Amino acid sequence: MKEILLPFLAAILGGALRVGVPFLFVSLGECLTEKSGRINLGLEGVLVLSAMAGFGGSYLSGSPWIGVLMASATGAALALLHGLLCSLPRVNDVATGIALMLLGTGLAFYWGKPLIQPQATQLPPLALGSWSSSALVQSALQVNPLLPIGLLIALALYWGFARTRWGLLVRLAGDSASATKALGYSVNGIRIAATAAGGAIAGLGGASLTLFYPGSWNEGISSGQGLIAVALVIFARWSPLRCVGAAMLFGGAGAIGPALQSIGISSGYNLFSAVPYVLTLVILVISCRPGKVAEGSPGELSSAR
Amino acid sequence: MHKNLVDALLPTGALIGALLLFGLFVWLGGVSPVETWVLLFRGAFGDWFSWQNTLTRAAPLMLTALCVALPARAGLVIIGGEGALVLGGLAAAAVPYLLPLPGNVAGTVIVCVAGFVVGAAWIALAGALRQYRGVNETISSLLLAYTAIAIFKQLVEGPMRDPATLNKPSTRTLDEAIRIGGIMGSDVHCGFVIGAFACIALGLWLALTARGFSVRVVGGNPRTAQLVGLPASGLILLACALGGGCAGLAGAIEVAAVHTNANASLIAGYGYAGILVSFIARHNPVAIIPVAILFGGFGAAGSLLQRRLGLPDASVQVLQGIAFVLILASEALRGVDWKAAGEMFRRSAMPREVPLNSSTKPT
Repeated sequence: MKEILLPFLAAILGGALRVGVPFLFVSLGECLTEKSGRINLGLEGVLVLSAMAGFGGSYLSGSPWIGVLMASATGAALALLHGLLCSLPRVNDVATGIALMLLGTGLAFYWGKPLIQPQATQLPPLALGSWSSSALVQSALQVNPLLPIGLLIALALYWGFARTRWGLLVRLAGDSASATKALGYSVNGIRIAATAAGGAIAGLGGASLTLFYPGSWNEGISSGQGLIAVALVIFARWSPLRCVGAAMLFGGAGAIGPALQSIGISSGYNLFSAVPYVLTLVILVISCRPGKVAEGSPGELSSAR
Repeated sequence: MHKNLVDALLPTGALIGALLLFGLFVWLGGVSPVETWVLLFRGAFGDWFSWQNTLTRAAPLMLTALCVALPARAGLVIIGGEGALVLGGLAAAAVPYLLPLPGNVAGTVIVCVAGFVVGAAWIALAGALRQYRGVNETISSLLLAYTAIAIFKQLVEGPMRDPATLNKPSTRTLDEAIRIGGIMGSDVHCGFVIGAFACIALGLWLALTARGFSVRVVGGNPRTAQLVGLPASGLILLACALGGGCAGLAGAIEVAAVHTNANASLIAGYGYAGILVSFIARHNPVAIIPVAILFGGFGAAGSLLQRRLGLPDASVQVLQGIAFVLILASEALRGVDWKAAGEMFRRSAMPREVPLNSSTKPT
């Protein structure tokens, strides 16, 4: 039993750390966007496009870190488009998100066509498992170098929302547009900035998809991680720190299928790949109440009403 | 009258703008935009062969667009039509496993009804989660779509797999007699007629019947609906079930007319393209017909663009994305008081005059 359980648990842990990182970045980006009072469903498009840009940047320049920068900049650009479009009168943020999902994936597949074959320089893993003599633990703890950056961003957002003037402004725009206006700030300006910054953070998630795990570019690179992140933020009750835990939980759920496969159980692989989606649904059902605004939700958020 | 004109002009203008922008986009990649436009229309509507291709693609698009339009009229944004389509196709392929089918039209009807029922249940689930549990239906319908695709793959590659299909796991092929054939010997199958009929019937239902009107009241003004005591939850579930049923029917028709069995080719993105079609048609079922034909045509032209100009197959998706963004942005122009805007523009264009009493004459 032990010789099965240990590899399985190691695979789940390793998977949670690997698979969870994109979830972490996208949910942090979405958290920042939603705190300003808008929902960006287009982060799915942001994720795919930035994954392509990151891969392309690394492939063309030879440096994965340039790829990471490219991914982040691309994410910011597409999210900026979302922010600008939503600032037009009578334009709905949910519908715009769906449009950018289509546009982002379309652009990514268009420009990414020549990138499917080649191999780009990958991010060097951080070997956190070197203390252990077990090869399994060592390979499970080959951690994405972007993970510490993600944790830092989570801390910075938490601190920023609580303590800084900028954080307060974002929360103000999210909770009451009229109060923001009354104080003489531009609601649209704050929201555009928050959406673009959220896109930049989500872009890092795209980079970790193509430059670390699974580490290649293809058209099925993201299957809804960007949207799961929207649900994750509800689950995390709009707290950047809780986003970290939620992302790791989902990474673990996503890793069940591959982990079972690693110990030789491959039947039902397709069903296990659906675990994150079903888990998200279950969590939404548990954490939502009809006719009641979700706890911790920004007051201006159209989706929470 | 003026409002109807604007309703038609804005999407048309946005579509033309999207085609122009798409031309610019391919031009940046070194491809002639004029040639792209010409091929786009030749591939879609150039000859009888492309028309057949176009109409065959328009059939599922109309039905998946209804899966967005009907819930939208009841106030819900459902984007998981792909899930209902896939499960509808799976259900259609599953019926012969469960019961012996009559080898005639009755068998076809049973297969289609199975697809409709499963699709209806799947989208109604998203509606129920929203009505009874307060779960955002946009997110839940998409999560359900991914779940549906996983179920589909699991069953098609597992218990329902025809052992004879080696490279591409598929279910057993539907009996020749219950497949849906072409209209008068053409490649266009009857699914196109069914789709167009569904659009018109549901359009009339929304416009003329009391139930349809109630659905529109629930979507347009929930507060009024509450005040006059309409059963909002029931109506919303009805709209979701009808829409989901249409998407499920699309899957069943694709299986019975195009693929002849359920396999991974069914997951072709018709559910997502249907979202765009419905938004361009402003969730008006009758307007869906021409828009679906147009986008079915662009889809059909995609392979021509790929062959002749070497454009990636995603170029049609880029065009769809640009069109979607412009359609939404064009909403901002609605309700602009053009007279006042023109007046303002004229005034700002003229040199600002100092209001002296005498010299109003041009010098």
